[in-house]
Amino acid sequence: MSTYVSATEADRREMLAAIGVDSIEQLFSDIPEGLRLERPLALDPGRAEQEVYDELRALAARNVSTEDEVSFLGGGMYDHYVPALVDSIVERSEFLTPYTPYQPEISQGGLQAMFEYQTAISELTGLPVSNASVYEGPSAVAAAGYVAKHVNRRGRFVVSRGVHPHAREALATMAGSWQMETVEAPLRTGLTELPELDENVSAVIVAQPNFLGAVEDLQALADAAHSAGALLICSCDPLPLALLKAPGDCGVDIAVGEGQTLGNRLDFGGPSFGFFATTEALMRRIPGRIAGETRDLDGKRGFVLTLQTREQHIRREKATSNICTAQALNALAGVIYLSWLGRRGIVELAELMLRRTAYARQRLAALPGVTALHEQPVVREFAVTLDAPIEKVIARCRAAGINPGYPLVRSYPELSEGLLIAITERRTRAEIDRLADVLGASVSAERETLAGVTA
Amino acid sequence: MADASYPTDLLYHPEHDWARLNGETATLGITWYAQDALGELVFFDPPAIGAQVSKDQSYAEVESVKAVSDVIAPLSGEVVEVNDALADTPETVNDDPYGEGWLVKIKLSDSAEAESLLDAAAYEATLT
Repeated sequence: MSTYVSATEADRREMLAAIGVDSIEQLFSDIPEGLRLERPLALDPGRAEQEVYDELRALAARNVSTEDEVSFLGGGMYDHYVPALVDSIVERSEFLTPYTPYQPEISQGGLQAMFEYQTAISELTGLPVSNASVYEGPSAVAAAGYVAKHVNRRGRFVVSRGVHPHAREALATMAGSWQMETVEAPLRTGLTELPELDENVSAVIVAQPNFLGAVEDLQALADAAHSAGALLICSCDPLPLALLKAPGDCGVDIAVGEGQTLGNRLDFGGPSFGFFATTEALMRRIPGRIAGETRDLDGKRGFVLTLQTREQHIRREKATSNICTAQALNALAGVIYLSWLGRRGIVELAELMLRRTAYARQRLAALPGVTALHEQPVVREFAVTLDAPIEKVIARCRAAGINPGYPLVRSYPELSEGLLIAITERRTRAEIDRLADVLGASVSAERETLAGVTA
Repeated sequence: MADASYPTDLLYHPEHDWARLNGETATLGITWYAQDALGELVFFDPPAIGAQVSKDQSYAEVESVKAVSDVIAPLSGEVVEVNDALADTPETVNDDPYGEGWLVKIKLSDSAEAESLLDAAAYEATLT
């Protein structure tokens, strides 16, 4: 296969000289070294296109999806069933774009769907104002931090270690560029333990449920944040909100979260969307687009983008965000999914997860060598500690066709043998029984191996 | 909306702001020209009481149906009062920019700064 590149070596040198850079590698200096491939692709030159295709196809076939194994993986993205209805609507040509429709005169359908999406997010979070979505969960958390920074101009974020590790990273990265520091609050017995909050804390950021699956006492966290004059930002998993008290009713100022579970498939990590809802007091600082309801000249109901004066095409560097495309299509899948579930359906789904999660937790904690990592209430996910090497146990389970969950040590070095187990409506009681059998056998086998070594 | 006017008892900043001196304090607002250019105001985002404002720097934001704009301080000082009534009726700035539509009162930190401001005639001359 030839690698035709129109620019010659001389062209490249000329372009690099024009922008004052010595080498092409220097252009990538802002990309962390760990992410850079410091060698050419392992693909011989001069091979036929068909051969290259076969090799890439063989590589792709090594991926294992949740269709191929019984997966208890979660940790922020979950294996929920997406009904065919979602695809059949989002694939309609009237909707098939990731862009927010600007012109109300030709986009009433899209704007109405967006307004309905916002209404659904508002109801789930218990907060009156929602935007039309942002990129994904972590960037929604960072965007909420940006709002807090502007509201009180303080210098520090206190972030619970129960917030998704990717969201903590995204916020810390952004905070650095705002000359703000982030301090992590530890988890004790599964719940966030806040440090003393002083008048330099801009916002406290927590997750509901947190990364270990535990349901936090949002009201207490909100009271603590507010008594220091800080905002409380909560990153929420939307489906458990069908059962839990709404964040807005607990004093949360900004509720954000990952929208993947609402009608979007896992797809190896995306695309998905993030949601963002807040109080009327913070309405004018919301990032991104907002669809609003209005009346036209004839008094008929209609929809327009509203509060656009805060946006980058009008305010440039002072805009509330510089998001140019929304994840409008993914958010549309979200509102279709929520409409499909309905008010009763979403409660039934959350109750089903609650029951099966309680069952799974009870079954697993009864196994020899498996103990609950915390005893807090959970909805859809829980954590255990194994008395055996975690990666080896997982390898044994996967060989038996079960992916038992996420090894917490990858994000929490202090939880060396911790396993995070997620339950969705796709995991049947029989599959949970099978998980218990396979995990129990794998832990026993590893403990025997260990005993054999030490004997 | 009021007719164009530039009262002669005020001092003006070329960024379309006015100041009414009253001993150690000054009342600040935006001019008829500014409110006319912005259109109907829908929101006033005031500074906090006690905040320091610096001459020629932004100290607040006004939002109209067309744009959000910074409000530039004609003088330096500390904010001692904010026109809270504008929270509910920001359009008062359009109706009465030099009276009920005032924005903040500041305690002056350098009264000599007033000498660099324009009188009504000089400001009006900048608008043509």
